[in-house]
Amino acid sequence: MAEHPGTVARAGWAVRSWWLITGMWVRSTMAYRASFAISLAANTLITFLDFAVLLLMFSHTRQLAGWTLAETGFLYGTSSVALGAANVLVGSVGGLGERVRSGSLDTMLIRPAPALAQLAAERFSLRRLGRLVQAFAVLGWSLTALDVHWSWDRVLMVPVLLLCGTVIFCALFVGCSCVQFWWGDAAELQNAVTYGGATVLQYPPTVFARELVAGTVFGVPLAFVNWLPALHVLGRSDPLGLPVAFRFASPLAAALCVLAAGLAWRAGLRAYRSTGS
Amino acid sequence: MGGVYLSVARGAFRRYSTYRAATLAGTVTNTVFGVILASTMLALWRARPGLGGYDAAQAVTYIWISQGLLVTVAVWGGGFQDDLQARFRSGDIAVDLYRPVDFQGWWLATDLGRAGYQLLTRGALPMLAGAALFDLVLPADPLVWAEFLLSVALAVVVSFGLRFLATLTGFWLHESEGVRAAMTVVSMFFSGMLLPLALFPGLLGDLARVLPFSAMVQLPTDVLLRRRTGTGLLALYGFQLAWGAALLAIGRAGQALAVRRVVVQGG
Repeated sequence: MAEHPGTVARAGWAVRSWWLITGMWVRSTMAYRASFAISLAANTLITFLDFAVLLLMFSHTRQLAGWTLAETGFLYGTSSVALGAANVLVGSVGGLGERVRSGSLDTMLIRPAPALAQLAAERFSLRRLGRLVQAFAVLGWSLTALDVHWSWDRVLMVPVLLLCGTVIFCALFVGCSCVQFWWGDAAELQNAVTYGGATVLQYPPTVFARELVAGTVFGVPLAFVNWLPALHVLGRSDPLGLPVAFRFASPLAAALCVLAAGLAWRAGLRAYRSTGS
Repeated sequence: MGGVYLSVARGAFRRYSTYRAATLAGTVTNTVFGVILASTMLALWRARPGLGGYDAAQAVTYIWISQGLLVTVAVWGGGFQDDLQARFRSGDIAVDLYRPVDFQGWWLATDLGRAGYQLLTRGALPMLAGAALFDLVLPADPLVWAEFLLSVALAVVVSFGLRFLATLTGFWLHESEGVRAAMTVVSMFFSGMLLPLALFPGLLGDLARVLPFSAMVQLPTDVLLRRRTGTGLLALYGFQLAWGAALLAIGRAGQALAVRRVVVQGG
């Protein structure tokens, strides 16, 4: 750390910038308080329709690929909380391509605040909290409905899982949006990984082909968000038969994801040529 | 007069055909979601073979057809909606109202042009990927495909009618983003995009079948899976036409009300 005396200070400044810009957008939202209250309530209620699909599937069967509704609800809740939290924190980076195209990224680069923090906080929408409220409600319900012996390690596993899952999704949001430095209108690729990934994780791993499950362990490390730790919490066997250590490897996977996303961001920023130059 | 709308539609078709990277990226996304949803359907049908009158192969085919329709019919919203919302914000909407062509007709023409391009790319390509990865049951008879195309065209009109109404709220709210987000979720659910409507129980099922959203995904897939033939098929077209006409008429009335409220920036 000796040659980078400012690393901690720089990270602190990035967080503070994010916080200040976010606060600005929140104040602007709160100028129309009633409109915000209505749209948050509507958003929360409406995201329940998403969970209703799962309920409808389970109204026709007691088990889906060997998993019960409560167990699937646990997967749904954890996956949605992680995605929802990441979306609140850094979801706006998906707008990168538009900024590259219009040239407004330049404005961000010359401001005395980290560009990534500015981009992540840009057009911060409190409405996104609606999804998070719904996800926590489903998770809370599943925790009471689960038939699990709650030993201390399992209890501790849940917050760690949510934290690591959020970090992994944040890294995926940032990492995938870097593609837009080169490929301006490919914003949808990011959706395939983030929203597609979250949808995969809402269902039991036994639903999917083994190749796909293996891809989420060794390719895009989605399985570390909830599938692998959930095996420990729910006391289930691994469909891939991986060593037990994998169930506890989420913090390591999250750290690697952050490293990869950081490198992708730096490479993208270095390759960036402003519009018109 | 009709020539104007035809060239507007052709222009929209060409415009969307220039977004090549977006088309490719979107096709990948549709294919990813197709694989996910088809896998969940297979798991459900393994537990309950013959559920809702579909066998497992038909249920998987249903998912791939619906993925092909997602962007073509704009179940997710978008298309002309993005342009129109931006024009509300910038005030360019005043220019649109001055044009010597019909406002609603102009935007409907652009949306049909967009849908035509997206049917050929984001409709067909994920279906081909689905056919390569899963066992699909698709008809060999070209007549059934023609019947399907007609149903898709009507689906686009119904979808346009709904999105036009959602966008019109921008005249009053200045910001139709919230309304749009709400409509996206409702139409994803009630169109049959996530689950065939035959799996909805009792009253919910009855409700889903009479709402206009079913005309967007459930009904075109019914045509291609040959669940509705003969008079049943005619009734299906009648349902789509009735909703399409009703929504366009409501949109027209709403537009007449809204135009009186227009206050252009600076004036």
